[in-house]
Amino acid sequence: MRPSNLIAELLKLLAASLLLISFAMLSRRRTQRLITLFAWQGSVLFVSTLLVAYSAGLTELYYSAALTLALKVIALPWILHRLIQRLGAQWDSEPLVNIPTTMLVGLGLVIFAFGLAQPISRMATTITRHTIGVALAVIFLAFLMMITRRKAITQVIGFLAMENGLFFAATSATYGMPMVIELGIALDLLVGFFILGIFFFQIREQFDSLDLSHLESLKEE
Amino acid sequence: MVRQFGEVLLAIAIAPLFAGWIGQCRAWLQNRSAPPLTQPYRMLRKLFHKDAALATDASPLFRTTPYILFGTMVLAAAIIPSVATDLPFARAADAIALIGLFATARVFLSLAAMDIGTAFGSMGARRDMMIGFLAEPALLMVLFNAFLLTGSTALPSVVESSTAHAFPIDPSLVFAAVAFLMVLLAENARIPIDNPATHLELTMIHEAMVLEYSARHLALVEWSSDLKLFNYACIGFALFLPWGIATPGADGSLALGVAVIALLAKLLVAGAALALIETLSAKLRIFRAPEYLATAFLLAVLGLLVHLLLGA
Repeated sequence: MRPSNLIAELLKLLAASLLLISFAMLSRRRTQRLITLFAWQGSVLFVSTLLVAYSAGLTELYYSAALTLALKVIALPWILHRLIQRLGAQWDSEPLVNIPTTMLVGLGLVIFAFGLAQPISRMATTITRHTIGVALAVIFLAFLMMITRRKAITQVIGFLAMENGLFFAATSATYGMPMVIELGIALDLLVGFFILGIFFFQIREQFDSLDLSHLESLKEE
Repeated sequence: MVRQFGEVLLAIAIAPLFAGWIGQCRAWLQNRSAPPLTQPYRMLRKLFHKDAALATDASPLFRTTPYILFGTMVLAAAIIPSVATDLPFARAADAIALIGLFATARVFLSLAAMDIGTAFGSMGARRDMMIGFLAEPALLMVLFNAFLLTGSTALPSVVESSTAHAFPIDPSLVFAAVAFLMVLLAENARIPIDNPATHLELTMIHEAMVLEYSARHLALVEWSSDLKLFNYACIGFALFLPWGIATPGADGSLALGVAVIALLAKLLVAGAALALIETLSAKLRIFRAPEYLATAFLLAVLGLLVHLLLGA
């Protein structure tokens, strides 16, 4: 088997495990497990970016792989762990819809994403073009997680997972964005995350809870 | 034919050893002093030497069920290509018939549990049927993944075509493997669903059904549940880790020797992994079981989708 063929097979495998991790995130109730899964997602992304960088021979992608490792595998999960310890928030996060229904909706989203990606992947020329559908599905699933969860922290994890999906879509469709944009996104993510961390404390001070449904009762009826 | 008998005898002989190995690993992981590896054999010998006590209301069904259970599990072991693929029995029945065999065993055990009329027996039977009817479609979906990949419903041809393929891990098999692991744990009364070492009757599922059995009947029931676990492990190996299993083209006795050694190595690793999973996870409430098995089913369906849409 030619090495490029082997790499394409490996990338498909990694894409499948990325999707699997997204589904695992949907089915978890505990915040701490979610953070661990998020770190796993980051490491799968890191390996797949490395593989794409190796097969395409692009040095830029090595940098963005390193950035993924530093930010999404090490820094953000560590900060999240610290945060939930400081907030004392290792509790169960109950989803709005029950889990089998959420998974069913997720399944529908996967089909939708694959259907949506078919014309795009026909135009793409990269060796990873089959995985665009998976990347779209990961984005949708993260979106679904943000919609179905109530707690602020899990919504932020959903947001971060969505960024993972976007990053994967970028590498699989076009071998990644220009380095400047990628750096900008990474920095944005970090800054946004810090602001959200401050928000957590503010929300808890105001409502004695991180449940975002309390925010809705501010409206005048 | 000699191979077929050899394979069945091997399965019958080492199934208790596999259970003993899992027990030993669990004991190590939980900081207890481990029982010896031969503990299941000693248990079986002790039980075979005792006199059987039967309830006064026991019907012939209750007495014959252990033999039926043992018979179905031995037949299942003959169908599954654990060592070699060119077996007459394995060619005769496909994987769907295999699931039918497991279902037969389940129905008889449940009927026998209700036969005596004790509260615990019928409670265990009802719970087991609930788990069973949820686990079976998930297992079928997992098998469909493999069937779709190889274009055959017979396990030997699945093994042959996946060993012939140069890169045997298809993306869809990742999903199927996770789903299969979940089904295996549920079907064999392992920890997220049922605790095999429990002494509390109210939380029992499998144990509650065999409470009334004693002596040789109990020995056969225990032996057949060891065999069931062994069979499930071998199905898993056939679907996901088919390396080492002797195929018809290979050189006869040498390939068989390699296959037996490969099987033992796989069982060693799988037992340790099962013990690790069981130690790390907590038992689910019985009402969470449908959710757990629905997740397994959906993962298997997702595997099918990924295969169809990713275009392997």
